[in-house]
Amino acid sequence: MSVQMTDLVWEPYGSSKRIGERLHLSAMSEPLHRWLLAAVVVCTAGCARHAAMPEPGGRVIVNYWEKWSGFEADSMQAVVDDFNHSQDRIEVRFLSVSGVDTKLLLATSSGHPPDVAGLWSENIPDFSEKGALTPLDRGLAKAGIGADRYIPLFWDLCRHRGFTWGLPTTPGCVALFYNKKLFRAAGLDPERPPRTFGEFESMSRRLTLVEIERANRRVHVSFEDLTPAEREGRKYSLVQVGHLPQDAGMFLSGWGAWFGARFYDGDRRIVANDDGNLAAYEWMRRTAEIYGVENLRGFIEGFGVAQSAQTPFLGGAEAMVVQGPWMPNFISKFAPGLEWGAAACPPADGVGGGAPVTLAQCDVVVIPHGAPHPREALEFICYLQRQDVAEKLAKSQQKFTALREVSDGFLVGHPNPAIKLFMEISRSPGARYVPRIPIWHEYDAELAVARERVLNLRMTPAEALAEVQSRVEWKFDRVMRRWDIVGNERLSEWRAYDAW
Amino acid sequence: MTPGERRQSVAGLAFVSPWLLGFVVFTLYPVCASIYFSFCDYDVLSKPVWVGFLNYQDMLSDSVFWQSVRNTLVFNLMALPLGLVSALLLALLLNQPVKLKGTFRAIYYLPSLVPAVAGAMVWLWILNGRLGLLNQALDALGFSNPPQWLVDPKWTKPSLALVSLWGCGNTVVIYLAALQGVPQSLIEASMIDGASPWRRLVHVTLPAISPVIYFNLLIGIIGGLQVFTSAFIMMGGAGPERSVLFYAIYIYQNAFEYRHMGYASAMAWILCMLILVLTLLASRIARRFVHYQGD
Repeated sequence: MSVQMTDLVWEPYGSSKRIGERLHLSAMSEPLHRWLLAAVVVCTAGCARHAAMPEPGGRVIVNYWEKWSGFEADSMQAVVDDFNHSQDRIEVRFLSVSGVDTKLLLATSSGHPPDVAGLWSENIPDFSEKGALTPLDRGLAKAGIGADRYIPLFWDLCRHRGFTWGLPTTPGCVALFYNKKLFRAAGLDPERPPRTFGEFESMSRRLTLVEIERANRRVHVSFEDLTPAEREGRKYSLVQVGHLPQDAGMFLSGWGAWFGARFYDGDRRIVANDDGNLAAYEWMRRTAEIYGVENLRGFIEGFGVAQSAQTPFLGGAEAMVVQGPWMPNFISKFAPGLEWGAAACPPADGVGGGAPVTLAQCDVVVIPHGAPHPREALEFICYLQRQDVAEKLAKSQQKFTALREVSDGFLVGHPNPAIKLFMEISRSPGARYVPRIPIWHEYDAELAVARERVLNLRMTPAEALAEVQSRVEWKFDRVMRRWDIVGNERLSEWRAYDAW
Repeated sequence: MTPGERRQSVAGLAFVSPWLLGFVVFTLYPVCASIYFSFCDYDVLSKPVWVGFLNYQDMLSDSVFWQSVRNTLVFNLMALPLGLVSALLLALLLNQPVKLKGTFRAIYYLPSLVPAVAGAMVWLWILNGRLGLLNQALDALGFSNPPQWLVDPKWTKPSLALVSLWGCGNTVVIYLAALQGVPQSLIEASMIDGASPWRRLVHVTLPAISPVIYFNLLIGIIGGLQVFTSAFIMMGGAGPERSVLFYAIYIYQNAFEYRHMGYASAMAWILCMLILVLTLLASRIARRFVHYQGD
């Protein structure tokens, strides 16, 4: 996909201000309402806004809100420092903000947004349709940035309705991480992860250990070694599992991708209950039937929150988990002794046409609508797209870049041993992303409820997904009806926008 | 009005003006705005679009809305009587003339001082099905298959009802104050008449403190219908299969997660009406059982 310059109408800077005023939201025409929202933002965002105050040196101050904290925030801070030292006109002030998406919306609706914000690619359809973001196409064209620079998938993630709304910082996709020590203990080859979904399932059973009473003694045995009566009775507790469908990193609702699910027809219909998604939910139901609902719930309940030392995988109680390139960071932080490997997670038979399947997402930087210094903000986010800068950020966060080109030195000394795998699968024809619709968040929540109902054996996959289909379709119809009313006006505003 | 009185009035208004300003800006205006937004399709960023009663109509066909109503009512049917009776029993015990009475009162009141979030985190571990103290104790007592309190949809609401007892110290203090106000002459008269402790409790003490029981019931209904924190912290919002998706949580989700501010405003007004109706109903029913001094 490329920047559709033919659709854009050139207008001088003078008119852009007028258009910008027109783009301002109705909420801003209500002074008291604006004031209240501003008060909320000031309270919640830690009085972070200083945009109107120039530095003593005459630099323009660009406020940048980012979702990252910890080592990821430190990495970006280093890049921001580099930018600030590289020129003497702009001073970027980096602020780590929790709940950045909600706070950005409130700040934007009050007319006091930061100049740059770091969001997730899933936010773009929703935020752009609501008028919270600045269309970047004309500015990017002037800066010489276009689709040809990027891995197509990640460029697509920055676009919606034919416009570009952000630029990638660090992309991500998922692969299968496995515990070599547990493979060895189960008599499996630690250098040979599963290559088909059938292998994935059989290895998973082999890697599952249960505690069961035999001859008045509690003993640990492999699930494969249970007698048929013991399996049927399910009077055991799980002490180690091969894999759990409930544990899929940040893509819990995306399991359907490995079964060929579409989720959305790309136009006006969601397809929650297509054959692929049904197959994924059937697989989850099978897992619950094999191990028992209470056994699975009891096992999971013994662990803590994600991205902590208390996850089953990092605690050495789960042999395989689907996670992103950030995982080695958590391994080195919480389980440095873990002996791990990574491979593409195999899809169900016939899915992907032999190519690795993965789900991708991207961290993006956007310029909120009404940002005080859009040109300077654009200069900064374009700076982040320089190969050396993007690679420095990616390397320090143990990730890869969204750029097509990779420098010779990038892989040398990269701290993530699996980075090459992630770079390859992100370029696979089987790489997918979740639907680019404004109500994905709600769709995801409905899929999560359906998953719980299926895993608790309260509903069949067909019943649970039919309910998702009906609820999300109802919501999506409302969104589409609204877009039918405002769409043309929005599109012409976006085409005309030019603050660059 | 004399010039002195006028000066005093102006000074008085000046002193209360920060509160008045805060009330107008942070309470009155949002309340009035929410009435308007409840008739609009409004997502905070875009212009509110007048949709008439559509948000109210949507509630009728929204199965999750009805689930949240059901969850809230069921939770209250468990938590409210449990809380009122437990607090009353505790207050009766703490009202006994025993040594270290003050210390016991302080101990039972202390949990009310613990921040709700901190308390919820503690209960997360107490109720953990695998490692929690409660199930370890039940296991030691011979219960071979104790409930999975936080992950089994059947047990999530009873768990939260149990957790709600943790903060009953406030209610206990109110009951204690009421118990100390029961006229001693009535107690003594009933003792002279040979009433047993149980009959004294039922026929003297409870009628005497019935206005306070009624007050606690009303406060319980109003607070219970807005229950939010414990479920939000302990269950991450809605809990397994939305089993603890309470009304206030569904309002929050619509307003701040899905940005259906119009729908959330409509829901908030329905909640307001619901509280009003239940309070009136409670008042009507309670009229027969509440006795005021001098009646």
